[in-house]
Amino acid sequence: MKPFKIGREEDIMGRLEGKVALVTGGTSGIGEATVRRFVSEGARVIFTGSNREAADALCAATGATFHANRVEQPEGWPPLAELITRDFGRLDIAFANAGVEAGDGSVESIAIEGWDRIVAVNLTGVMLTCQAAVKLMRANPGGPTGSIIVNSSMSAYKPMGNFIAYSTTKGALIALTKSVAMHCANQGTKIRANSIHPGVVETDMIKNIIAKQDDPDAARAIYNGMAPLGRMGQVEEIAALVTFLATDEAAFISGSEYSIDGCSTAGMMGV
Amino acid sequence: MSRFDGSVAFVTGGLRGIGRAIAERLLAEGASVMIADLAAPGDVEADLAALGGAAPGGRAAYVSLDVGNEAAWPATVEAIRDRFGRLDILVANAGIGGTGPLASLTLADWHRTMHVNVDGVFLAVRHCAAMLGEAGRDRPGGSSIVTISSIMGLVALPQAGPYNASKGAVRLFTKSIALEFAASKTPIRANSVHPGFVETPLLIESSSQDEIDFYTGSTPLGRMAQPAEIAAAVAFLASDDASYMTGSELVVDGGYTAQ
Repeated sequence: MKPFKIGREEDIMGRLEGKVALVTGGTSGIGEATVRRFVSEGARVIFTGSNREAADALCAATGATFHANRVEQPEGWPPLAELITRDFGRLDIAFANAGVEAGDGSVESIAIEGWDRIVAVNLTGVMLTCQAAVKLMRANPGGPTGSIIVNSSMSAYKPMGNFIAYSTTKGALIALTKSVAMHCANQGTKIRANSIHPGVVETDMIKNIIAKQDDPDAARAIYNGMAPLGRMGQVEEIAALVTFLATDEAAFISGSEYSIDGCSTAGMMGV
Repeated sequence: MSRFDGSVAFVTGGLRGIGRAIAERLLAEGASVMIADLAAPGDVEADLAALGGAAPGGRAAYVSLDVGNEAAWPATVEAIRDRFGRLDILVANAGIGGTGPLASLTLADWHRTMHVNVDGVFLAVRHCAAMLGEAGRDRPGGSSIVTISSIMGLVALPQAGPYNASKGAVRLFTKSIALEFAASKTPIRANSVHPGFVETPLLIESSSQDEIDFYTGSTPLGRMAQPAEIAAAVAFLASDDASYMTGSELVVDGGYTAQ
Protein backbone atom coordinates (compact mmCIF):
# COMPACT_ATOMS: atom_id res chain seq x y z
CA MET A 1 0.00 0.00 0.00
CA LYS A 2 1.10 3.57 -0.56
CA PRO A 3 1.98 5.61 2.52
CA PHE A 4 -1.11 6.93 4.18
CA LYS A 5 -1.83 10.57 3.61
CA ILE A 6 -4.67 12.40 5.23
CA GLY A 7 -6.22 15.74 4.50
CA ARG A 8 -7.84 15.46 1.10
CA GLU A 9 -10.32 18.31 1.23
CA GLU A 10 -13.21 16.11 0.12
CA ASP A 11 -12.63 13.69 3.00
CA ILE A 12 -13.38 16.35 5.55
CA MET A 13 -17.11 16.51 5.85
CA GLY A 14 -17.85 18.56 8.93
CA ARG A 15 -19.41 15.56 10.60
CA LEU A 16 -18.90 17.02 14.08
CA GLU A 17 -20.46 20.44 13.45
CA GLY A 18 -22.11 21.74 16.62
CA LYS A 19 -20.44 19.19 18.87
CA VAL A 20 -18.17 19.86 21.83
CA ALA A 21 -15.30 17.44 22.43
CA LEU A 22 -12.88 16.80 25.26
CA VAL A 23 -9.52 15.13 24.54
CA THR A 24 -7.27 14.17 27.44
CA GLY A 25 -3.55 13.99 26.77
CA GLY A 26 -4.07 16.18 23.72
CA THR A 27 -0.70 17.85 23.41
CA SER A 28 1.06 15.15 21.40
CA GLY A 29 0.70 11.90 19.49
CA ILE A 30 -2.73 10.34 18.99
CA GLY A 31 -4.33 12.96 21.23
CA GLU A 32 -2.94 15.86 19.21
CA ALA A 33 -3.95 14.24 15.91
CA THR A 34 -7.45 13.76 17.29
CA VAL A 35 -7.69 17.39 18.38
CA ARG A 36 -6.73 18.40 14.83
CA ARG A 37 -9.18 16.00 13.20
CA PHE A 38 -12.08 16.94 15.51
CA VAL A 39 -11.50 20.63 14.77
CA SER A 40 -11.32 19.95 11.03
CA GLU A 41 -14.68 18.15 11.28
CA GLY A 42 -16.27 21.18 12.89
CA ALA A 43 -16.17 20.37 16.61
CA ARG A 44 -15.24 22.80 19.35
CA VAL A 45 -12.45 21.09 21.26
CA ILE A 46 -11.04 21.33 24.79
CA PHE A 47 -7.91 19.33 25.43
CA THR A 48 -5.84 18.60 28.50
CA GLY A 49 -2.23 17.78 29.21
CA SER A 50 0.78 19.21 30.96
CA ASN A 51 3.07 20.39 28.15
CA ARG A 52 2.17 24.08 27.99
CA GLU A 53 4.45 24.91 25.08
CA ALA A 54 3.02 22.19 22.85
CA ALA A 55 -0.48 23.12 23.97
CA ASP A 56 -0.03 26.77 23.02
CA ALA A 57 1.17 25.81 19.55
CA LEU A 58 -1.78 23.46 19.04
CA CYS A 59 -4.25 26.11 20.23
CA ALA A 60 -2.74 28.64 17.83
CA ALA A 61 -2.92 26.17 14.96
CA THR A 62 -6.46 24.91 15.56
CA GLY A 63 -8.37 27.35 17.75
CA ALA A 64 -8.90 24.58 20.31
CA THR A 65 -8.92 25.36 24.04
CA PHE A 66 -6.28 24.03 26.44
CA HIS A 67 -6.85 23.35 30.11
CA ALA A 68 -3.92 22.08 32.16
CA ASN A 69 -5.14 19.02 34.02
CA ARG A 70 -3.77 15.74 35.29
CA VAL A 71 -6.44 13.12 34.72
CA GLU A 72 -5.57 11.10 37.81
CA GLN A 73 -6.18 13.97 40.24
CA PRO A 74 -9.86 14.02 41.33
CA GLU A 75 -9.69 17.64 42.45
CA GLY A 76 -8.81 18.76 38.94
CA TRP A 77 -12.06 17.57 37.38
CA PRO A 78 -14.72 19.91 38.89
CA PRO A 79 -12.96 23.06 37.61
CA LEU A 80 -12.61 21.51 34.14
CA ALA A 81 -16.25 20.46 34.11
CA GLU A 82 -17.27 23.97 35.15
CA LEU A 83 -15.19 25.45 32.36
CA ILE A 84 -16.84 23.18 29.80
CA THR A 85 -20.33 24.00 31.06
CA ARG A 86 -19.65 27.73 31.25
CA ASP A 87 -17.82 28.23 27.97
CA PHE A 88 -19.31 25.51 25.79
CA GLY A 89 -22.67 24.64 27.36
CA ARG A 90 -22.48 20.92 26.60
CA LEU A 91 -20.23 17.91 26.05
CA ASP A 92 -20.81 15.49 23.18
CA ILE A 93 -17.53 13.63 22.87
CA ALA A 94 -14.87 12.54 25.36
CA PHE A 95 -11.69 10.87 24.18
CA ALA A 96 -10.01 9.36 27.25
CA ASN A 97 -6.59 9.19 25.74
CA ALA A 98 -4.06 10.20 28.38
CA GLY A 99 -1.74 7.37 29.31
CA VAL A 100 1.81 6.73 30.47
CA GLU A 101 4.30 3.89 30.50
CA ALA A 102 7.37 5.44 32.13
CA GLY A 103 8.43 3.53 35.21
CA ASP A 104 7.03 0.23 33.99
CA GLY A 105 8.88 -3.07 34.17
CA SER A 106 8.41 -6.79 34.42
CA VAL A 107 6.75 -8.57 37.33
CA GLU A 108 10.24 -8.98 38.77
CA SER A 109 11.63 -5.53 38.14
CA ILE A 110 8.80 -3.03 38.57
CA ALA A 111 8.94 -0.69 41.58
CA ILE A 112 5.74 0.07 43.45
CA GLU A 113 6.08 3.76 42.60
CA GLY A 114 6.05 2.97 38.88
CA TRP A 115 3.09 0.61 39.25
CA ASP A 116 1.08 3.12 41.30
CA ARG A 117 1.76 5.95 38.86
CA ILE A 118 0.75 3.95 35.77
CA VAL A 119 -2.38 2.57 37.45
CA ALA A 120 -3.27 6.09 38.57
CA VAL A 121 -3.01 7.67 35.12
CA ASN A 122 -4.04 4.81 32.84
CA LEU A 123 -6.86 3.38 34.93
CA THR A 124 -8.02 5.79 37.63
CA GLY A 125 -7.53 8.69 35.22
CA VAL A 126 -9.76 7.08 32.60
CA MET A 127 -12.41 6.29 35.21
CA LEU A 128 -12.40 9.91 36.36
CA THR A 129 -12.57 11.07 32.74
CA CYS A 130 -15.59 8.86 32.11
CA GLN A 131 -17.20 9.96 35.38
CA ALA A 132 -16.85 13.62 34.50
CA ALA A 133 -17.95 13.02 30.90
CA VAL A 134 -21.10 11.09 31.85
CA LYS A 135 -22.06 13.79 34.35
CA LEU A 136 -21.67 16.50 31.72
CA MET A 137 -23.37 14.47 28.97
CA ARG A 138 -26.34 13.73 31.22
CA ALA A 139 -26.90 17.48 31.52
CA ASN A 140 -26.80 18.13 27.76
CA PRO A 141 -29.60 20.37 26.48
CA GLY A 142 -32.02 18.09 24.64
CA GLY A 143 -31.26 15.06 26.78
CA PRO A 144 -28.41 12.79 27.77
CA THR A 145 -26.35 11.96 24.70
CA GLY A 146 -22.69 11.54 23.93
CA SER A 147 -19.85 9.33 22.79
CA ILE A 148 -16.98 8.27 25.04
CA ILE A 149 -13.96 6.70 23.36
CA VAL A 150 -11.34 5.06 25.55
CA ASN A 151 -7.84 4.64 24.17
CA SER A 152 -6.73 1.19 25.27
CA SER A 153 -4.09 -0.71 23.29
CA MET A 154 -3.44 -4.00 21.59
CA SER A 155 -1.49 -4.69 24.78
CA ALA A 156 -4.89 -5.47 26.29
CA TYR A 157 -4.84 -8.63 24.14
CA LYS A 158 -1.12 -9.04 23.75
CA PRO A 159 0.46 -8.13 27.09
CA MET A 160 4.16 -7.31 27.11
CA GLY A 161 6.38 -9.08 29.64
CA ASN A 162 8.42 -5.98 30.35
CA PHE A 163 5.40 -3.66 30.65
CA ILE A 164 3.25 -5.30 33.29
CA ALA A 165 1.51 -2.15 34.54
CA TYR A 166 0.80 -0.76 31.07
CA SER A 167 -0.53 -4.09 29.80
CA THR A 168 -2.65 -4.67 32.89
CA THR A 169 -4.22 -1.22 32.87
CA LYS A 170 -4.97 -1.42 29.14
CA GLY A 171 -6.66 -4.78 29.68
CA ALA A 172 -8.70 -3.36 32.52
CA LEU A 173 -9.95 -0.58 30.25
CA ILE A 174 -11.96 -3.13 28.25
CA ALA A 175 -14.07 -3.96 31.30
CA LEU A 176 -14.17 -0.35 32.45
CA THR A 177 -15.49 0.80 29.07
CA LYS A 178 -18.12 -1.94 28.89
CA SER A 179 -19.24 -1.10 32.43
CA VAL A 180 -19.68 2.55 31.48
CA ALA A 181 -21.54 1.53 28.32
CA MET A 182 -23.87 -0.81 30.19
CA HIS A 183 -24.62 1.71 32.91
CA CYS A 184 -25.43 4.46 30.45
CA ALA A 185 -27.63 2.13 28.39
CA ASN A 186 -29.38 0.70 31.46
CA GLN A 187 -30.13 4.22 32.58
CA GLY A 188 -31.90 4.85 29.30
CA THR A 189 -29.42 7.45 28.12
CA LYS A 190 -27.98 7.75 24.63
CA ILE A 191 -24.48 7.97 26.02
CA ARG A 192 -22.21 5.42 24.33
CA ALA A 193 -18.78 4.13 25.32
CA ASN A 194 -16.30 2.12 23.25
CA SER A 195 -12.63 1.25 23.47
CA ILE A 196 -10.06 1.35 20.70
CA HIS A 197 -6.97 -0.83 20.60
CA PRO A 198 -4.15 0.59 18.49
CA GLY A 199 -1.10 -1.44 17.57
CA VAL A 200 2.33 0.14 17.27
CA VAL A 201 1.78 3.77 16.28
CA GLU A 202 4.50 6.10 15.04
CA THR A 203 4.13 8.72 17.75
CA ASP A 204 6.75 11.34 18.59
CA MET A 205 7.84 9.09 21.44
CA ILE A 206 8.54 6.18 19.06
CA LYS A 207 10.18 8.51 16.54
CA ASN A 208 12.55 9.75 19.25
CA ILE A 209 13.40 6.21 20.32
CA ILE A 210 14.19 5.29 16.71
CA ALA A 211 16.25 8.45 16.14
CA LYS A 212 18.42 7.70 19.16
CA GLN A 213 19.45 4.24 17.98
CA ASP A 214 22.88 3.61 16.47
CA ASP A 215 21.17 2.42 13.30
CA PRO A 216 17.84 4.26 13.06
CA ASP A 217 16.90 2.62 9.76
CA ALA A 218 17.29 -0.83 11.27
CA ALA A 219 15.30 0.24 14.32
CA ARG A 220 12.54 1.61 12.09
CA ALA A 221 12.44 -1.66 10.17
CA ILE A 222 11.99 -3.57 13.41
CA TYR A 223 9.07 -1.36 14.47
CA ASN A 224 7.52 -1.56 11.00
CA GLY A 225 7.83 -5.32 11.07
CA MET A 226 5.87 -5.65 14.29
CA ALA A 227 2.57 -5.57 12.38
CA PRO A 228 1.74 -8.01 9.60
CA LEU A 229 0.81 -4.98 7.48
CA GLY A 230 4.52 -4.12 7.53
CA ARG A 231 4.34 -0.62 8.93
CA MET A 232 3.44 1.34 12.03
CA GLY A 233 0.12 3.08 12.30
CA GLN A 234 0.05 6.84 11.84
CA VAL A 235 -1.54 9.02 14.49
CA GLU A 236 -3.94 10.41 11.87
CA GLU A 237 -5.24 6.90 11.21
CA ILE A 238 -6.11 6.39 14.87
CA ALA A 239 -7.75 9.81 14.96
CA ALA A 240 -9.90 8.76 11.99
CA LEU A 241 -11.31 5.80 13.92
CA VAL A 242 -11.92 7.95 16.99
CA THR A 243 -13.77 10.40 14.76
CA PHE A 244 -16.00 7.70 13.29
CA LEU A 245 -16.97 6.53 16.79
CA ALA A 246 -17.61 10.14 17.79
CA THR A 247 -20.10 10.81 14.99
CA ASP A 248 -23.82 10.14 15.12
CA GLU A 249 -23.22 7.52 12.44
CA ALA A 250 -21.98 5.28 15.24
CA ALA A 251 -25.17 5.73 17.27
CA PHE A 252 -25.76 1.97 17.53
CA ILE A 253 -22.19 1.20 18.60
CA SER A 254 -21.65 0.89 22.33
CA GLY A 255 -19.69 -1.46 24.56
CA SER A 256 -17.50 -2.52 21.64
CA GLU A 257 -13.74 -3.01 21.31
CA TYR A 258 -12.28 -1.82 18.01
CA SER A 259 -8.82 -3.03 17.09
CA ILE A 260 -6.72 -0.85 14.78
CA ASP A 261 -3.42 -2.62 14.49
CA GLY A 262 -2.52 -3.57 10.93
CA CYS A 263 -3.59 -7.17 11.58
CA SER A 264 -1.43 -7.55 14.70
CA THR A 265 -4.02 -9.35 16.82
CA ALA A 266 -5.99 -11.14 14.08
CA GLY A 267 -3.79 -14.18 14.31
CA MET A 268 -3.58 -14.49 18.04
CA MET A 269 -4.89 -17.36 20.04
CA GLY A 270 -8.06 -16.50 21.87
CA VAL A 271 -8.68 -13.12 20.30
CA MET B 1 -20.12 13.36 0.13
CA SER B 2 -17.58 12.06 -2.29
CA ARG B 3 -15.17 9.77 -0.50
CA PHE B 4 -15.76 7.08 -3.12
CA ASP B 5 -15.64 9.11 -6.33
CA GLY B 6 -14.10 6.85 -8.95
CA SER B 7 -14.32 3.75 -6.75
CA VAL B 8 -16.20 0.62 -7.73
CA ALA B 9 -17.95 -1.55 -5.17
CA PHE B 10 -19.57 -4.97 -5.41
CA VAL B 11 -22.31 -5.73 -2.88
CA THR B 12 -23.73 -9.25 -2.68
CA GLY B 13 -27.28 -9.53 -1.42
CA GLY B 14 -27.55 -5.86 -2.26
CA LEU B 15 -31.17 -5.62 -3.27
CA ARG B 16 -32.83 -5.63 0.16
CA GLY B 17 -32.20 -4.87 3.80
CA ILE B 18 -28.67 -4.23 4.99
CA GLY B 19 -27.17 -4.85 1.55
CA ARG B 20 -29.50 -2.32 -0.03
CA ALA B 21 -28.56 0.28 2.58
CA ILE B 22 -24.87 -0.40 1.90
CA ALA B 23 -25.36 0.01 -1.84
CA GLU B 24 -27.29 3.23 -1.32
CA ARG B 25 -24.63 4.61 1.03
CA LEU B 26 -21.73 3.84 -1.31
CA LEU B 27 -23.63 5.28 -4.26
CA ALA B 28 -24.40 8.42 -2.25
CA GLU B 29 -20.67 8.89 -1.61
CA GLY B 30 -19.79 8.63 -5.25
CA ALA B 31 -19.02 4.95 -5.84
CA SER B 32 -20.20 2.90 -8.76
CA VAL B 33 -21.93 -0.18 -7.37
CA MET B 34 -22.57 -3.59 -8.87
CA ILE B 35 -25.33 -5.28 -6.92
CA ALA B 36 -25.80 -9.03 -6.87
CA ASP B 37 -28.90 -10.79 -5.68
CA LEU B 38 -31.11 -13.73 -6.55
CA ALA B 39 -33.78 -11.86 -8.51
CA ALA B 40 -33.85 -12.12 -12.29
CA PRO B 41 -32.50 -9.02 -14.05
CA GLY B 42 -35.94 -8.28 -15.49
CA ASP B 43 -37.42 -8.00 -12.01
CA VAL B 44 -35.13 -5.32 -10.67
CA GLU B 45 -35.67 -2.47 -13.13
CA ALA B 46 -37.60 -0.41 -10.62
CA ASP B 47 -34.89 -0.94 -8.01
CA LEU B 48 -32.17 0.09 -10.41
CA ALA B 49 -34.11 3.16 -11.43
CA ALA B 50 -34.52 4.11 -7.76
CA LEU B 51 -30.77 3.73 -7.30
CA GLY B 52 -30.02 5.88 -10.31
CA GLY B 53 -28.62 3.04 -12.37
CA ALA B 54 -31.17 3.04 -15.16
CA ALA B 55 -29.92 6.24 -16.78
CA PRO B 56 -27.16 5.93 -19.38
CA GLY B 57 -23.86 5.85 -17.55
CA GLY B 58 -25.66 5.25 -14.27
CA ARG B 59 -23.47 4.16 -11.38
CA ALA B 60 -25.69 1.29 -10.22
CA ALA B 61 -25.81 -2.03 -12.04
CA TYR B 62 -27.16 -5.46 -11.30
CA VAL B 63 -26.15 -9.05 -11.79
CA SER B 64 -28.22 -12.07 -10.85
CA LEU B 65 -26.15 -14.45 -8.72
CA ASP B 66 -26.38 -17.36 -6.33
CA VAL B 67 -23.23 -16.56 -4.34
CA GLY B 68 -22.65 -20.21 -3.41
CA ASN B 69 -22.63 -21.38 -7.05
CA GLU B 70 -19.01 -21.36 -8.13
CA ALA B 71 -19.82 -21.80 -11.80
CA ALA B 72 -21.50 -18.38 -11.85
CA TRP B 73 -18.55 -16.43 -10.47
CA PRO B 74 -16.22 -16.01 -13.47
CA ALA B 75 -18.99 -14.38 -15.50
CA THR B 76 -19.92 -12.20 -12.54
CA VAL B 77 -16.40 -10.88 -12.17
CA GLU B 78 -16.25 -10.27 -15.93
CA ALA B 79 -19.53 -8.36 -15.71
CA ILE B 80 -17.98 -6.04 -13.11
CA ARG B 81 -14.89 -5.55 -15.25
CA ASP B 82 -16.91 -4.95 -18.42
CA ARG B 83 -19.21 -2.43 -16.81
CA PHE B 84 -16.88 -0.53 -14.47
CA GLY B 85 -13.33 -1.61 -15.33
CA ARG B 86 -12.08 -2.12 -11.78
CA LEU B 87 -13.05 -3.24 -8.27
CA ASP B 88 -12.07 -1.37 -5.10
CA ILE B 89 -14.57 -2.55 -2.52
CA LEU B 90 -16.14 -5.97 -1.97
CA VAL B 91 -18.99 -6.23 0.52
CA ALA B 92 -19.77 -9.92 1.08
CA ASN B 93 -23.17 -9.38 2.58
CA ALA B 94 -25.46 -12.07 1.16
CA GLY B 95 -26.70 -14.31 3.92
CA ILE B 96 -29.64 -16.44 5.00
CA GLY B 97 -30.88 -17.80 8.31
CA GLY B 98 -30.35 -21.25 9.73
CA THR B 99 -32.16 -21.97 12.96
CA GLY B 100 -34.31 -24.60 14.56
CA PRO B 101 -34.16 -27.35 17.17
CA LEU B 102 -31.29 -29.75 16.54
CA ALA B 103 -33.63 -32.73 16.17
CA SER B 104 -35.51 -31.02 13.35
CA LEU B 105 -32.46 -29.93 11.38
CA THR B 106 -31.36 -31.95 8.39
CA LEU B 107 -27.99 -32.03 6.69
CA ALA B 108 -29.71 -30.31 3.78
CA ASP B 109 -30.72 -27.45 6.10
CA TRP B 110 -27.13 -27.18 7.30
CA HIS B 111 -25.77 -27.18 3.74
CA ARG B 112 -28.30 -24.56 2.61
CA THR B 113 -27.00 -22.12 5.24
CA MET B 114 -23.35 -22.93 4.57
CA HIS B 115 -23.87 -22.65 0.81
CA VAL B 116 -24.79 -18.98 1.07
CA ASN B 117 -23.17 -17.76 4.28
CA VAL B 118 -19.83 -19.55 4.05
CA ASP B 119 -19.34 -20.83 0.49
CA GLY B 120 -20.68 -17.52 -0.79
CA VAL B 121 -18.18 -15.46 1.18
CA PHE B 122 -15.28 -17.74 0.23
CA LEU B 123 -16.18 -17.59 -3.44
CA ALA B 124 -16.63 -13.82 -3.39
CA VAL B 125 -13.17 -13.31 -1.93
CA ARG B 126 -11.59 -16.03 -4.06
CA HIS B 127 -12.90 -14.62 -7.32
CA CYS B 128 -12.65 -10.89 -6.56
CA ALA B 129 -9.18 -10.87 -5.00
CA ALA B 130 -7.29 -10.39 -8.28
CA MET B 131 -9.29 -7.30 -9.28
CA LEU B 132 -9.15 -5.93 -5.75
CA GLY B 133 -5.39 -6.39 -5.63
CA GLU B 134 -4.96 -4.48 -8.88
CA ALA B 135 -7.14 -1.58 -7.78
CA GLY B 136 -5.56 -1.45 -4.34
CA ARG B 137 -2.26 -0.32 -5.77
CA ASP B 138 -3.81 3.08 -6.63
CA ARG B 139 -5.42 3.65 -3.24
CA PRO B 140 -3.70 5.06 -0.14
CA GLY B 141 -5.52 2.61 2.09
CA GLY B 142 -5.59 -0.29 -0.37
CA SER B 143 -8.74 -2.03 -1.52
CA SER B 144 -11.24 -3.14 1.06
CA ILE B 145 -13.13 -6.34 1.69
CA VAL B 146 -15.93 -6.09 4.23
CA THR B 147 -17.67 -9.28 5.25
CA ILE B 148 -20.98 -9.14 7.05
CA SER B 149 -20.86 -11.58 9.92
CA SER B 150 -23.17 -11.08 12.91
CA ILE B 151 -23.19 -10.93 16.67
CA MET B 152 -24.14 -14.56 16.12
CA GLY B 153 -20.58 -15.02 14.89
CA LEU B 154 -19.40 -14.03 18.37
CA VAL B 155 -21.99 -15.41 20.77
CA ALA B 156 -24.46 -18.27 20.43
CA LEU B 157 -28.19 -18.58 20.82
CA PRO B 158 -29.95 -21.89 21.42
CA GLN B 159 -31.37 -23.47 18.27
CA ALA B 160 -29.21 -21.35 16.01
CA GLY B 161 -26.46 -23.86 15.30
CA PRO B 162 -26.15 -23.54 11.53
CA TYR B 163 -26.38 -19.76 11.62
CA ASN B 164 -23.91 -19.44 14.53
CA ALA B 165 -21.46 -21.80 12.86
CA SER B 166 -21.67 -20.01 9.52
CA LYS B 167 -21.17 -16.52 10.97
CA GLY B 168 -18.32 -17.70 13.17
CA ALA B 169 -16.71 -19.09 10.03
CA VAL B 170 -17.01 -15.71 8.32
CA ARG B 171 -15.26 -14.01 11.24
CA LEU B 172 -12.16 -16.19 11.17
CA PHE B 173 -12.03 -16.57 7.40
CA THR B 174 -11.86 -12.78 7.24
CA LYS B 175 -9.00 -12.61 9.72
CA SER B 176 -7.10 -15.32 7.86
CA ILE B 177 -7.32 -13.57 4.50
CA ALA B 178 -6.41 -10.26 6.15
CA LEU B 179 -3.22 -11.88 7.45
CA GLU B 180 -2.52 -13.51 4.10
CA PHE B 181 -2.91 -10.24 2.18
CA ALA B 182 -0.77 -8.36 4.72
CA ALA B 183 1.97 -10.99 4.70
CA SER B 184 2.08 -11.08 0.90
CA LYS B 185 2.00 -7.26 0.56
CA THR B 186 -1.24 -7.53 -1.38
CA PRO B 187 -2.94 -4.13 -1.01
CA ILE B 188 -6.26 -5.43 0.23
CA ARG B 189 -7.61 -4.91 3.73
CA ALA B 190 -10.24 -7.30 5.13
CA ASN B 191 -12.50 -6.73 8.12
CA SER B 192 -15.77 -8.18 9.39
CA VAL B 193 -18.83 -6.30 10.59
CA HIS B 194 -21.01 -7.84 13.28
CA PRO B 195 -24.48 -6.31 13.34
CA GLY B 196 -26.84 -6.90 16.20
CA PHE B 197 -30.56 -7.02 15.49
CA VAL B 198 -31.34 -4.85 12.48
CA GLU B 199 -34.75 -3.55 11.53
CA THR B 200 -34.90 -4.91 8.00
CA PRO B 201 -38.21 -5.41 6.22
CA LEU B 202 -37.50 -9.14 5.98
CA LEU B 203 -36.86 -9.53 9.71
CA ILE B 204 -39.91 -7.50 10.69
CA GLU B 205 -42.17 -9.44 8.33
CA SER B 206 -40.85 -12.83 9.43
CA SER B 207 -40.89 -12.17 13.19
CA SER B 208 -43.65 -12.44 15.74
CA GLN B 209 -44.30 -9.55 18.11
CA ASP B 210 -42.68 -11.63 20.87
CA GLU B 211 -39.56 -11.98 18.76
CA ILE B 212 -39.43 -8.28 18.00
CA ASP B 213 -39.84 -7.56 21.71
CA PHE B 214 -36.91 -9.90 22.35
CA TYR B 215 -34.74 -8.10 19.78
CA THR B 216 -35.35 -4.68 21.32
CA GLY B 217 -35.53 -5.81 24.94
CA SER B 218 -32.29 -7.77 24.83
CA THR B 219 -30.37 -4.88 23.26
CA PRO B 220 -29.02 -2.53 25.94
CA LEU B 221 -29.69 0.56 23.82
CA GLY B 222 -33.33 -0.57 23.75
CA ARG B 223 -33.88 -0.58 20.02
CA MET B 224 -32.91 -2.35 16.82
CA ALA B 225 -30.38 -0.91 14.40
CA GLN B 226 -31.43 0.82 11.21
CA PRO B 227 -29.84 -0.71 8.09
CA ALA B 228 -28.18 2.66 7.40
CA GLU B 229 -26.25 2.34 10.67
CA ILE B 230 -24.65 -0.88 9.48
CA ALA B 231 -23.97 0.75 6.12
CA ALA B 232 -22.16 3.60 7.89
CA ALA B 233 -19.73 1.15 9.50
CA VAL B 234 -19.17 -0.54 6.14
CA ALA B 235 -18.53 2.82 4.48
CA PHE B 236 -15.99 3.67 7.18
CA LEU B 237 -14.13 0.38 6.63
CA ALA B 238 -14.25 0.87 2.86
CA SER B 239 -12.78 4.36 3.13
CA ASP B 240 -9.17 5.47 3.46
CA ASP B 241 -10.04 6.54 7.02
CA ALA B 242 -9.69 2.85 7.93
CA SER B 243 -6.30 2.49 6.24
CA TYR B 244 -4.64 0.86 9.27
CA MET B 245 -7.56 -1.45 10.01
CA THR B 246 -7.30 -4.97 8.72
CA GLY B 247 -8.16 -8.21 10.44
CA SER B 248 -10.47 -6.30 12.78
CA GLU B 249 -14.06 -6.95 13.69
CA LEU B 250 -16.50 -4.07 14.01
CA VAL B 251 -19.35 -4.91 16.33
CA VAL B 252 -22.41 -2.72 15.76
CA ASP B 253 -24.90 -4.16 18.20
CA GLY B 254 -26.25 -1.58 20.63
CA GLY B 255 -24.29 -3.21 23.43
CA TYR B 256 -25.73 -6.72 22.94
CA THR B 257 -22.40 -8.53 23.34
CA ALA B 258 -21.13 -6.20 26.09
CA GLN B 259 -23.77 -7.16 28.63
